[in-house]
Amino acid sequence: MTMLSERQQMSYIAAQAADARLNVELETEGMTLNIGPQHPATHGTLRIIARLDGEQVVWAEPSAGYMHRGYEKLTEVRTFPQVTALINRIDWLGSFANEVPFILAAEQLMNIEAPPRAQHIRTILFELSRIANVSLFLGDLGVQMGAVTPVFMAFRDREYVLNLIEGATGGRFHPNFDRIGGLKDDLPKGWLDETRQVMKKLRNFCDEIEDLLFGNEIFQSRTRGIGVIPADVARQYGLSGANLRASGVDWDLRRDQSLPLAYDKVDFRVWTHPDGDSWARCWIRLQEVREATKIVDQLIETLPPGPVMTKVPRIIKVPEGEAWVSTENPLGEMGYYVVSKGDLGPFRVKIRSASFNNISITPWVLKGVYVPDIITILASLYFILGDIDR
Amino acid sequence: MMSIALEIPYWGQSLLRVLGGIGAVLLPAGTIVYLFLFKMMSFMQSRLGPMEAGPFGSMQLLAEVGKWLQKEDIIPENADAKIYKLAPVIVLVSTFLLVVVVPFGPDALFTNFSAGVFYALAIGSVSVIGILVAGWSSANKYSLLGGLRAAGQLIAYELPMVLAVVGVVIQAGSMNLQQIVVAQNSGSIFGWDGVGFPFVLTQFVGFLIFMIAVQAELTQVPFDMPIAESELVSGYMTEYSGFRFLIFFIGEFATAGVFAFIASVLFLGGWGIPFSWFGWESLDAVDGWMNIVGPVIMLTKMLVLTGIIMWVRFSYPRFREDQLQRFAWKVLIPLSLANIAVTAILKVAI
Repeated sequence: MTMLSERQQMSYIAAQAADARLNVELETEGMTLNIGPQHPATHGTLRIIARLDGEQVVWAEPSAGYMHRGYEKLTEVRTFPQVTALINRIDWLGSFANEVPFILAAEQLMNIEAPPRAQHIRTILFELSRIANVSLFLGDLGVQMGAVTPVFMAFRDREYVLNLIEGATGGRFHPNFDRIGGLKDDLPKGWLDETRQVMKKLRNFCDEIEDLLFGNEIFQSRTRGIGVIPADVARQYGLSGANLRASGVDWDLRRDQSLPLAYDKVDFRVWTHPDGDSWARCWIRLQEVREATKIVDQLIETLPPGPVMTKVPRIIKVPEGEAWVSTENPLGEMGYYVVSKGDLGPFRVKIRSASFNNISITPWVLKGVYVPDIITILASLYFILGDIDR
Repeated sequence: MMSIALEIPYWGQSLLRVLGGIGAVLLPAGTIVYLFLFKMMSFMQSRLGPMEAGPFGSMQLLAEVGKWLQKEDIIPENADAKIYKLAPVIVLVSTFLLVVVVPFGPDALFTNFSAGVFYALAIGSVSVIGILVAGWSSANKYSLLGGLRAAGQLIAYELPMVLAVVGVVIQAGSMNLQQIVVAQNSGSIFGWDGVGFPFVLTQFVGFLIFMIAVQAELTQVPFDMPIAESELVSGYMTEYSGFRFLIFFIGEFATAGVFAFIASVLFLGGWGIPFSWFGWESLDAVDGWMNIVGPVIMLTKMLVLTGIIMWVRFSYPRFREDQLQRFAWKVLIPLSLANIAVTAILKVAI
């Protein structure tokens, strides 16, 4: 080493110190971004607390509960028939589907079963609410990525389905149509023909969305390989529904369990996708709308005659016991654990809603993504705030 | 040959220029908003759009402006008030400065500037400062992200835009926008001069790149990350309301109109009709009535181009920030450089 004079050494040390100080000053500071509770992307009041480094997420956590309405507690002060009016507000886009598992659980406790026609119509309405729900998802997907047109197409075609639901039940959003032991009413005249036509329209809508959105290269570059959830992680976090099937797990409660619904009489395919990314989740849902229209078509053809209500006592008292029934709702597995003490109302109801579990994976899946991808991943996970907060 | 034999005093000319400038900026903006944002978007989305104010809702924009003007002027507590107020003005002023070099007819122009292309491209990027400043001074995290995104994006797309225009400049042999118009309309294709020689025929790559860059420059979908209403609420405009928002709003659509004017001058022949139709030899021979017809032709071309811009805007999802940068640096810039090289070689060879 060449000899340095003392003066040179001092200046060298001073320069090093200045460099170090500069490095400290230049170290970028993180930023905490609150996405929500009021934010256009969360279509509700979900709050995502994201710690950012530039535009990259270092750490993210969902904070739910801004819209908690206490349904589990409220059911305890309602009679069994009254509960359905409450719980179809949990997932407000597919509200009929919320009523079914609860009614099935109550029927299981009372040891009765709805007549075949009622089971059929229940299944039809169940699938219609799935179509209404997921078709809106397909439109909303575009809006989350900045394409404004698909959402209006979704609203346009969902309207046909809502009209059908209204025609059959009297309520567009909150049918409250399911009764313990059957249904409130039979289907109106001419409803089946109209349903056939609407199913055709909905299949056209799916083709349209596939062309407009799924075929778009920007859409593909925004979703392919983004937010990948491997199958084992998906299982660990308790994902269900399309989110789980998109990770390659072949699991569908419609096919895998035998409930008094008409799914065993129809032929439908459960789609899975090996990728587990945002694209897979969106694509699975698109296919599910198509399958649902096919299920409805098949059920209409095989609708059995007969009553829509069995004999139930005028004042319904559910015998003591516990029952757990879950169904494959539009958002995923939705179940009710009903405990009855032989009263007019349930003693305790535990609601397992799909979105709450689906959204629990966000800290895992949002780590390391960019801010725009937060939105697409959340959109592809597809949650309804009412379903998270209950 | 006839011409408008009119001696206008200097103050009269200045007044005409001011009124013309305001007209050239506000008229396209209003037309674009009504025709495309209100009506075309509605028809694409199977709805009617505004129908109540005036016939077919044509007065809707005035109603909206009235609403915005009535709103309270809100300035966030932590905002840098002076800069916060200045930002929308910077954006709008850059639009007015841009329209100065656009020729609308043989004599209907604000200034005959020999480096017009250079000036237009330079002034076009002044709005970046306004946007960046708006994002910074709002004291809002969404605004900050939006402003920084805007800065990165606009700088990245400035380059392909400039490079795309270089092809036109080489072909016309002039940076004067008026000369570019004349070169296109007095030109001929292999001796046939029926449609003149609009540069879009040879510079189609440049035209495509220019339009993509304009789309990004205007922060329209698919390049609207600075606003990205589903991510950043409204980006750099989040905190703005009332008439300040109105200024941003006018600025957005007025700039779309002005960039469409420039694109039509550079690539589609501008205000001119092929000179051979009337046997005009040069610019001096052009009849005076072109000063009236020229702006109409320009407006038509502008509406076609902005129609395309808006059409894309309403049907595409948006890119991600890094994808956008990659697209600019890896695709557009090499492509436009190749375009320049080919143009230069052909210019020398032919």
